[in-house]
Amino acid sequence: MPDDRINSFTQGPDETGRFGIFGGRFVSETLMPLILELQEEYEKAKTDESFWAQMDDLWEHYVGRPSPLYYAERMTEHLGGAKIYFKRDELNHTGAHKINNVLGQILLARRMGKNRIIAETGAGQHGVATATVCAKFGLKCVVYMGAHDVERQKPNVFRMKLLGAEVIPVTSGRGTLKDAMNDAMRDWVTNVRDTFYCIGTVAGPHPYPAMVRDFQSIIGTEAKAQMLKAEGRLPDIITAAIGGGSNAMGLFYPFLDDPSVRIIGVEAGGKGVDETMQHCASLTGGRPGVLHGNRTYLLQDDDGQILEGFSISAGLDYPGIGPEHAWLHDTGRAEYVSITDKEALEAFKLCTELEGIIPALEPCHALAHVMKIAPDLPAETLICMNMCGRGDKDIFTVAKHLGVEL
Amino acid sequence: MTRIDSCFERLRGEGKKAFVAYVMAGDPDYERSRDIVLKLPEAGVDIIELGLPFTDPMADGPTIQRAGQRALENGQTLEKTLQIVRELRKQDDRTPVVMMGYYNPIYSRGVDRFLAEAKEAGIDGLIIVDLPPEEDDELCLPAQEAGLNFIRLATPTTDSKRLPAVLKNTSGFVYYVSITGITGAAAAEAVDVAPDVARIKEATDLPVVVGFGIRSPEAAESIAAVADGCVVGSAIVSEIGAGKSADEVAAFVATLAEGAHRA
Repeated sequence: MPDDRINSFTQGPDETGRFGIFGGRFVSETLMPLILELQEEYEKAKTDESFWAQMDDLWEHYVGRPSPLYYAERMTEHLGGAKIYFKRDELNHTGAHKINNVLGQILLARRMGKNRIIAETGAGQHGVATATVCAKFGLKCVVYMGAHDVERQKPNVFRMKLLGAEVIPVTSGRGTLKDAMNDAMRDWVTNVRDTFYCIGTVAGPHPYPAMVRDFQSIIGTEAKAQMLKAEGRLPDIITAAIGGGSNAMGLFYPFLDDPSVRIIGVEAGGKGVDETMQHCASLTGGRPGVLHGNRTYLLQDDDGQILEGFSISAGLDYPGIGPEHAWLHDTGRAEYVSITDKEALEAFKLCTELEGIIPALEPCHALAHVMKIAPDLPAETLICMNMCGRGDKDIFTVAKHLGVEL
Repeated sequence: MTRIDSCFERLRGEGKKAFVAYVMAGDPDYERSRDIVLKLPEAGVDIIELGLPFTDPMADGPTIQRAGQRALENGQTLEKTLQIVRELRKQDDRTPVVMMGYYNPIYSRGVDRFLAEAKEAGIDGLIIVDLPPEEDDELCLPAQEAGLNFIRLATPTTDSKRLPAVLKNTSGFVYYVSITGITGAAAAEAVDVAPDVARIKEATDLPVVVGFGIRSPEAAESIAAVADGCVVGSAIVSEIGAGKSADEVAAFVATLAEGAHRA
């Protein structure tokens, strides 16, 4: 199948940035020339060995890659079914997968001569990663963060400030990730000549979805080699949590043309995917629309107005999803399910107690789905779940939900 | 020939520049918004730009963001926005109406259905901020086919190499965004704008109208003087946001129109 390029799932996007009907370049004219310039620069960098040599060096010595593939033995025993592995991207420098992508974009920004970096952040992990790499390279960094998220992710806000970034609380809309992205785009359109917008997920106008996927696919490339080494074969199921979908796309992409591998994306179900719309499950509860530069599945009302997402996890609190996921969903190559806040919290507790790993609330959604399916699967079934972030930042949220006073 | 084409032809005959006024449909609510729109032609407005509210107006500053929020909170919908135009057409069949907004509410409605309804309601042109020439197949080409003008934004970052692509499927007029930024932000200076307008006019026979950063009758006059007209949006929307009556808003708009018409 990998030799059959016509039927390959890895050939997208086309030259207009489309994955099927999804993706595209829905931005204002002011930004369009810059997006074309970025695309050109990225195409050059992609085939430039010195660019990837620099990335490999930074990934190894600065981020700490490769991240381990870890057999979760007690979790496996407890669930009594499939064999469960964690891809440990929470062990990366800055505590999540976000830095994989930030390094790539910052190197590109330097090639383009842009010395002011802006970013949006939800949970703060992408903001921290961007502030970190900006500190390392001596670049000015401005992070837009919803005022609501600034409140529930205080440790990360402080971290960004320590790293020298300016954190701007966004009060427009309801003050979450979507609104932070709007304000970042407003900044970009105003300061287009000296500013690089470092987008944290596989969304936005082309070439961002493909570019971020390429930088994150180090996760899946490593996991594949590690699984072959550990078990002598590919995993049967790979799974990851999805907000915008960057850690999932990074894990999934290198496996898209391996038909034996079942791919499951896990969206944030919030209080439950029903008519009250208290969730962020764009694929399960949304329909195609255009926002933030791309066409994808969106939570929206009958009149095309965008709805706010709702989740215990600030990192998944986004009413859209990367366009490549939308396409993988429609083609049926990947399946997408949702997990509620309550189920994610149970996974958080179990993982902490059984494995001595305090996971971020984002991957807890993927883990909760593993907890649902693993018991009914045979022992020889191999599951690889992306542990995309560590939970230090979430202990206050978790304490609140458990009714504990810190 | 659309109402927009006729409007510029008439203004040329009179030796006048076009004054374009932007208001958000449904701001602060349907009735008051309708009353304001109905008074605009008499206040001297040559072209009405009617904002289509959207939850995520990425190219707009706080003034217009808040106007959209007010409208949406008070129940404004695409259907009600079309209804305002129908009301206007009952008493005015001459003043062009350009709908300005973002693509998703239109995409959600269905492009063909929307175009038929817009045409029927009496809309003459569309300015859709997040549809650059690269996405012309989405709405621009179907709109022109349906007999609506598709008015493109040109910006300070639209260089000479790119300009032909921007102008290619544009009709009605070209909207030159005088600054890199969002609506209601920095002030535009005629001395900076003039060379850009001249550059665009060299490449097209269409009228060039300048918007963004024009807040006073004096600014309207000086900017209109170096172009075929000017747009004022946030300054008017601020008055509406401050709770002014339809008559007060119309009186303010009249001072801006006089400024532009002095040019």
